[in-house]
Amino acid sequence: MSSSVKLEDEKAPVKREAGLKLFFKRLALIRESPVGMVGAALILFWVVMAVLAPVLPLYDPNAIMAPFQKIGAAAPDGGTFWLGTDHKGRDILSRIIWGAQKVLIWATFATFVAYVVGMLMGVLAGYKGGWADEIVSFIANIFLSFPFIILCIIIVATLGASGWTVVVAVTFASAPQIMRIVRGLVLDLKTRDYIFAAQTRGETPWYIMLVELLPNARGPLIVDACLRLGYTVVAIATLGFLGLGLPPPDPDWGLMLKEAVPLGAFAGHTMYLPAAALASLILGFNLLADGLREISLRD
Amino acid sequence: MIVLAGKRLLAMLLIMLVVSFILFSLFESDKMAVAGKVLGAYSSLEQRELWLTQNGYDAPFLERYLQWVGGALHGDFGNSLQYKVPVSELLADRLKNTGILTLVFFLIMIPLSLTLGVLAGMKEGSWLDRVISVVAVLTTSIPEFVTATFLTGVFVYSWHLLPGTSSMTGGFSWKELILPVMVLVIYDFGYVTRMTRASMAEVMTSQYIRTAVLKGLPYKRVIMRHALRNALIAPFTVIVLQLNWLLSGLVVVEVFFAYKGFGYLLVDAALFGDIYVIEACVLVAVFVAVFSQFISDIGYTLLNPRIRFS
Amino acid sequence: MSNTKALTPVLECKNVNISYYTRAGEIPAVIDFNLTLMPGESIGIVGESGCGKSTVALAIMNYMGKNGRVKSGQILFNGRDLQQMNDEELRRIRGSQISMVYQEPMASLNPSMKIGEQLIEVPLYHENVSEAEASQRAKEMLAAVRLPDPQRIMDAYPHQISGGQQQRVVIAMALLSKPALLLLDEPTTALDVTVEAGIVQLIKDISKQFGTSMIYISHNLGLILETCDRITVMYSGEAVESGSVQTVFNEMRHPYTRGLFASIPLPGTNKHSRPLVPIRGQLPLPQHRPQGCYFGPRCDFFQEGRCANKAGVHMQPVPNEDRHDVRCVRFEDIDWASHRPVGLSGEQADIGKVVLEVNHMKKYYSLKDASLMALIKGKKVQYVKANEDINLIAHEAETVAIVGESGCGKSTFAKVLMGLEEATAGEVKLNNVDISKLPVEQRKAQMVSLLQMVFQNPFDTLNPSHTVGSQIARVIKKFGIEQDPEKINQRVMELLDLVKLPRDFAKRRPRQLSGGQKQRIGIARAFAGRPSLVVADEPVSALDVSVQAAVTGLLTDIQRNLKTTLLFISHDLSVVRYVSDRIVVMYLGRIMEQGTTDEIFNPPYHPYTEALLSAIPIADTSVKKRHIVLEGELPSPVNPPSGCPFQTRCPRKIGAICEAQMPPLQQTDTGHAILCHIPLSELSKVEQVIQMDAA
Ligand SMILES: Nc1ncnc2c1ncn2[C@@H]1O[C@H](COP(=O)(O)OP(=O)(O)O)[C@@H](O)[C@H]1O
Ligand code: SF4
Ligand code: SF4
Ligand SMILES: [Mg+2]
Repeated sequence: MSSSVKLEDEKAPVKREAGLKLFFKRLALIRESPVGMVGAALILFWVVMAVLAPVLPLYDPNAIMAPFQKIGAAAPDGGTFWLGTDHKGRDILSRIIWGAQKVLIWATFATFVAYVVGMLMGVLAGYKGGWADEIVSFIANIFLSFPFIILCIIIVATLGASGWTVVVAVTFASAPQIMRIVRGLVLDLKTRDYIFAAQTRGETPWYIMLVELLPNARGPLIVDACLRLGYTVVAIATLGFLGLGLPPPDPDWGLMLKEAVPLGAFAGHTMYLPAAALASLILGFNLLADGLREISLRD
Repeated sequence: MIVLAGKRLLAMLLIMLVVSFILFSLFESDKMAVAGKVLGAYSSLEQRELWLTQNGYDAPFLERYLQWVGGALHGDFGNSLQYKVPVSELLADRLKNTGILTLVFFLIMIPLSLTLGVLAGMKEGSWLDRVISVVAVLTTSIPEFVTATFLTGVFVYSWHLLPGTSSMTGGFSWKELILPVMVLVIYDFGYVTRMTRASMAEVMTSQYIRTAVLKGLPYKRVIMRHALRNALIAPFTVIVLQLNWLLSGLVVVEVFFAYKGFGYLLVDAALFGDIYVIEACVLVAVFVAVFSQFISDIGYTLLNPRIRFS
Repeated sequence: MSNTKALTPVLECKNVNISYYTRAGEIPAVIDFNLTLMPGESIGIVGESGCGKSTVALAIMNYMGKNGRVKSGQILFNGRDLQQMNDEELRRIRGSQISMVYQEPMASLNPSMKIGEQLIEVPLYHENVSEAEASQRAKEMLAAVRLPDPQRIMDAYPHQISGGQQQRVVIAMALLSKPALLLLDEPTTALDVTVEAGIVQLIKDISKQFGTSMIYISHNLGLILETCDRITVMYSGEAVESGSVQTVFNEMRHPYTRGLFASIPLPGTNKHSRPLVPIRGQLPLPQHRPQGCYFGPRCDFFQEGRCANKAGVHMQPVPNEDRHDVRCVRFEDIDWASHRPVGLSGEQADIGKVVLEVNHMKKYYSLKDASLMALIKGKKVQYVKANEDINLIAHEAETVAIVGESGCGKSTFAKVLMGLEEATAGEVKLNNVDISKLPVEQRKAQMVSLLQMVFQNPFDTLNPSHTVGSQIARVIKKFGIEQDPEKINQRVMELLDLVKLPRDFAKRRPRQLSGGQKQRIGIARAFAGRPSLVVADEPVSALDVSVQAAVTGLLTDIQRNLKTTLLFISHDLSVVRYVSDRIVVMYLGRIMEQGTTDEIFNPPYHPYTEALLSAIPIADTSVKKRHIVLEGELPSPVNPPSGCPFQTRCPRKIGAICEAQMPPLQQTDTGHAILCHIPLSELSKVEQVIQMDAA
């Protein structure tokens, strides 16, 4: 090899990039996708709000003050109800921000659990094939045959409403879908020569699955995780709306809507505000996923 | 082909069997709880035990399960605890309403999303494509009850054009159907549109389309005869599978508009603890979902000559 | 061709520049391209992947996709500029006057339309004919491209016929309207050698029969020699040399053309005495082209002042020669006679003790699906006989090649050796230990390290998630060669030296490497554990031609120095002839013939070997070749023919006995073995398939 070749002069990255670092690199790439940028900004906004909730000068979200106050109305204690109050007289701004914290925490946690379960199932089914695949796929098919909300309803009806129930419900509903995606990716990846190379040097199946296969599936999985976070937020809010979600009185966007809609005729803001909050957060996840997908298709 | 259909049918039966077993064990393995639900929280132990004996709950679990399955196959799901009428009667009425809603929804959603998807995918990157794509992401990002909130705000509270609930107390009314259908279409068309667009765009960049163009065929023939057939295979599967998604949406929309459909019944039952109704509703929902999966598999095979003849 | 001036050319490209516009900016794909094609003439365009061949073809079709554009220059078809035509005019010309044949026949046909409908569209939309007449014409054309049973083909979907048949269908489609110009873009690259030979024969006949002008695009010089009158050699977007095939093959003037010929294994080359001379370096990406002559960094005659000039290098006619042009500022003052490039060569290593011994090895795959359903039903099991009665021996420092077409069982054999599959019967002895029933997980690390593999596809061979260094290090650690991280690192560096890559490559990720470099890392990885046997499955077939020689040379060099046994799996007999000491020819899971390289290339031949040899395209005008074109298709290994496996296609079949009985293995004292009913004495009575001209 002569030294005249261009490629050899390029500066090579020195450190190994871990999965998370790659994720942030991808995030940095979002700059190239306007759609993704908007999505990232929306998510960032809500994450910042959720993190800052305890230190922001907010009313207690459950404190009952003057009902049906308009946007920007003066509060009895001399402060301002920036977004007004609801039918029970609770500060809407405070409820929305604390609600954001709650939905983000539970959604992230539930998605994470679903991912761990789904990925293990998927890698196992895809790599081992045969019996393992049949069994795992059959179990997945059983749960996939339940419409999402209906599965959640059954689980809530048996376990009672709580944050943990949401985690269980999301895991049962999402893990099989994640399993299908991972299985498909693994089926494709496992025919690659580097997998044969690992097999021919006698690596154990777990080493191959976790070190050789999984890291290469991360691209599509990051996009999916982003979308799925959005779905989970929808699911939590929907359960709340149906009266099956996180128990009151703590603020929950879905429940806020449920209570506000019948009164929307004369207090529109109590209904529009949580609706807008919810729409913007979910839109954020979907747009970010779109942006990430667009970028991953480019390179 | 017939072998495949047989196999799928068998798998479907197996799934229904497992699902029904899970359901039954979930809701009826604890006899005392059942009696408690039926007789109310303040019933005495004796009352409950008497009820259990009278209603054949002393038999072993498996036997009870088989009887229950047998009953379900004949449409006998017991009586509703809340309404004190046979579940089957209740369900039949509600399913009819949901059926109407679904039918109208599909009649609007399918032509709309296929047309938009094909138009967008035909010329990837054109302004039409961009507009359609953006609208599709926006609408699918907003959950049904949020869309419903905004639409209610506008059409009911502000403009007073449409009724805010669709309980159809005064008999069937098209006007009450408008909002629920609109919400469902707005939420669901985006997904199918995006799928169709992606599929069409992929086909348009395929080598056989290049062959068709370079054969000197008119553009119309390239699209209508060469592209569409291949591009619509994927959306077909999606539309049929959409039924599964739609069921979730139906539940929400029916609750929102108090539409007396099957989803409303299910949530109602879940809140009340009406276990026989829950069981029946879930069985029906799962059956619809599994059956649509079956149809989608078979349809995919029929549409795709590469699989059909092999 | 002497009165060219009187005729208008069918096609003329004048100073054509074509660019693609991507997010990374403008990519000039074709630069200053000129070409003149006279009626009835055929021009070959040859070049390595990415040099712009297909772009030229698609530009002629005026089908540049969304982001491509002919930036300047003219493409004249019968004197009319294709760029100026409107959509309707273009449509009328496409498919009727200019038509095209593509590389991937399967992808080029609509999967959900019957072939008949796809064919009759052409006359229906270009001529005023009835459907019945169009259908009749389609059938006649299918017969003309020698497809048996045209009616059956008309009613079939593309996936129901074989790749070779699909390509014949595409050719038939292209010819249906008797075009004046036929573009063929690598029409045989996706096909097996014997199928390729049939298609090439067909293309030659067509140009005679219909008088169609052709542009034949290929990366294979041998195919151009067989099919074309003239040739244009492209390098990195530019035509670097063009002229008649005879002139360019015998008196090439451009250093790249010359380098190309020196780096492909022609019958005269030999790894010991007349080695291949690789072209150093690699193809530049379009964004990284150097100033001046694009070939500069790889050229032995590069002169700073003249070659790297700002104005670029232009095509110049070679004085006193007819239509021979070269893009090199120094072509007149290079003294080729005194230029003696040195290739990698070395003394033949001493063939040592037996390393691998395979006795009566069989590998059957059962076709039962492993599903619960099948288990319940207890379906009857069908077998694919992927390997049947394999016998062979390989010695220390020896290179044994296994050749055959796709599906003949080469890869299966490799998998059994590596322990990824268990043999169904028979023995596989490595250093006298039977490993045929020992899956790789049960082999000791030391034994695993003795037996390693180099894979075919450079894009798949390395894990994209890990650095190159860590992947080599893993092998060293796994095999227990070193444990101390410092020492492992040291060993990684040595291995990089061994495959002649800079040491800082250890920190790179696979996507930062070119195909040839990845393949070198693959070689380093295979030799990391000091193996006694390395299996190389088509190690260079996916690489650019100019890089192949360097990688082949490196592999054989290391193997010779370390006295490793090399099993070289390939479908390409010219490479095999160059690298191997002994050759094993397989067909449908069986060994048809084995012997030393000389024995295989000289009579007596097995009839299949004879056909394979005749199918090799050879880029040497002084070589004479007998043409044997095989009829029919490769049978499926699930349903092999009765008697002799080759019986359905054998041109020398002697009769019923071939269909009824498995032929005997006829062996000479030297170990040359042939599986055929025809006696050796009879088989010896043929001429050599490949003859070097004495003159
Ligand atoms: N895992 C498998 N199951 C069933 N058939 C197989 C399997 N692997 C290979 N085969 C079949 O065995 C035959 C030989 O294949 P292979 O060893 O891949 O040949 P080659 O390497 O020459 O292409 C082919 O017909 C192939 O389809
Ligand atoms: S112009 Fe110079 S660098 Fe280019 S081929 Fe000729 S001698 Fe070599
Ligand atoms: S045995 Fe018969 S069919 Fe087989 S190779 Fe010999 S002559 Fe041909
Ligand atoms: Mg192979």
